Amino acid sequence: MSSIRLSAEQMGAALAKGEITSVALTNQHFDRIAQVDTAVHAFLHLDKEGALAQAASVDAKRAAGEKLGPLAGVPLALKDVLTQKGIPTTCGSKMLEGWRPPYDSGVVTKLKSAGVVILGKTNMDEFAMGSSTENSAYGPTHNPWDLTRIPGGSGGGSSAALAAFEAPLAIGTDTGGSIRQPAAVTGTVGVKPTYGGVSRYGLVAFSSSLDQAGPCARTVLDTALLHEAIAGHDPRDSTSINSPVPQVVAAARRLDVKGMKIGVVKEISGAGFQAGVQTRFEESLQLLVEAGAEIVEVSCPNFEYALAAYYLIAPSEASSNLARFDSMRYGIRVGDDGNRGAEEVMNLTRQVGFGREVKRRIILGTYALSSGYYDAYYGSAQKVRTLIKRDFEAAFAKADVLVSPTAPTTAFKIGEKSDDPLAMYLNDIATIPVNMAGIGGMSLPCGLAPEDGLPVGFQIMSPVMQDDLMYRVGGTLEAALNSKWGHTLISQIPDLQVR
Amino acid sequence: MAAISRDDVAHLARLARIEMSTEELDHMAAELDVILGAVARVQEVSGGDVPPTSHPLPMTNIFREDVVKPSLTNEEALSGAPAKIEERFKVPQILGEAE
Repeated sequence: MSSIRLSAEQMGAALAKGEITSVALTNQHFDRIAQVDTAVHAFLHLDKEGALAQAASVDAKRAAGEKLGPLAGVPLALKDVLTQKGIPTTCGSKMLEGWRPPYDSGVVTKLKSAGVVILGKTNMDEFAMGSSTENSAYGPTHNPWDLTRIPGGSGGGSSAALAAFEAPLAIGTDTGGSIRQPAAVTGTVGVKPTYGGVSRYGLVAFSSSLDQAGPCARTVLDTALLHEAIAGHDPRDSTSINSPVPQVVAAARRLDVKGMKIGVVKEISGAGFQAGVQTRFEESLQLLVEAGAEIVEVSCPNFEYALAAYYLIAPSEASSNLARFDSMRYGIRVGDDGNRGAEEVMNLTRQVGFGREVKRRIILGTYALSSGYYDAYYGSAQKVRTLIKRDFEAAFAKADVLVSPTAPTTAFKIGEKSDDPLAMYLNDIATIPVNMAGIGGMSLPCGLAPEDGLPVGFQIMSPVMQDDLMYRVGGTLEAALNSKWGHTLISQIPDLQVR
Repeated sequence: MAAISRDDVAHLARLARIEMSTEELDHMAAELDVILGAVARVQEVSGGDVPPTSHPLPMTNIFREDVVKPSLTNEEALSGAPAKIEERFKVPQILGEAE
């Protein structure tokens, strides 16, 4: 009897009771991956040997009566932007093909000490730049709900692995929505914690003031369990917050929103959002009202400039961060024939190593930071960032959490938007403000859009270091939806053709 | 008039150390022109005395104690090098004839 469809919490309980071993559970997941991943392509690399060694070690500790955490022995899929010692880390780029980092990221260190079993590395848009995984140098990931559609991005490999039951837990990173939008379009849960809540040490930087690693799973509680496993201060990340981790597991279990004020952000719902997305969003609001919450409308007038500001700030920081890929110390090197100088080799390596979207953003960022344009572009974008923070402050004065649909549409077809960067950027319209202000954001599934039968995401935003509030609301809404439907949303996913 | 020309992109590509073919330059110039047109909207609200935000949370530099700790071995640090020689990174010529 396969256990792959259980929640991570249930797997942890079965392991604790001795109903299954971690080695058996891990093997079941590798079997599943062997059956479906040719079609889904969630993984770029599998570490069967390392995973089974970790599983065996957890089993041995358990047999010896050692007290273990709730996720000890539970498998996980790791986004390929986080380093894991000795395991290939490509960031979805040709630039890092074959690179095996000599150290563990902060997140991986925490996962290992929690006894989590890392199955392998998941596909992503190159250097986390994209909303569909189509920008991966290793080919796109397919949405398990409909293999002709995108699984979101940049963390589409992680979200697809969850939806395809290839792993019950996954790690993503979110710079402008790369955890939440993939969760939305695959009917899974994803959380971008407060900036600084989870270590960025060993997270290959895209935009340092926006990047945040976070937990992904199929239920709110599983996401909370993983959140607590990876969160906390890390002195190796100078932006890591040195204060207690919000009690997100207790909040996810609370199932009560009585008296809470929930703010609907006028500017990121309604017009421009697919009809079925809006319908499911509004039905969810009704459920929250029935659960005792009060809905208030709030206005964040500067959010309409967030997308523009983001596409200046993120590329600017990227143009600086990605300068490290110079072909000298790691990564590929092209054209070093003994006659060419270092600069020429660098130029040729970066031509071959970077894909189109990455080059586009590096050039855009270089432009926005160049003298003569700095004030008009990067400087103006930083001012918009201030205005967005002020909008959030005003909104949180009226509401405990803010909500919106996570993405304007359900999953689109692979190839549909790949030639139109601006249309692609619009996917992030509701998720970007959260990163600009450094607050927490969650996406959880709130139904299937009537017109296409595809999952819709509900976004919850909570103030800095009050991540527990979004878990409290998310847990309550999830329970209300499951009780209304009589089942979970993910249980309705069509069966994948098993090889 | 286009906000950004092919020559501008060629200059930026040189600054960013990315070789680009004529075709790539043309394509990039056309795309960037559209993107810049869209992102220039930030200027609509950036007037006045709004202070810039470079970082989401107020933070100051954090220093660690100046104590020696174990770090990567020489072998580990060189493990990803495209070329190495005598326990060092081997790089193409930086100065001299090739320039």
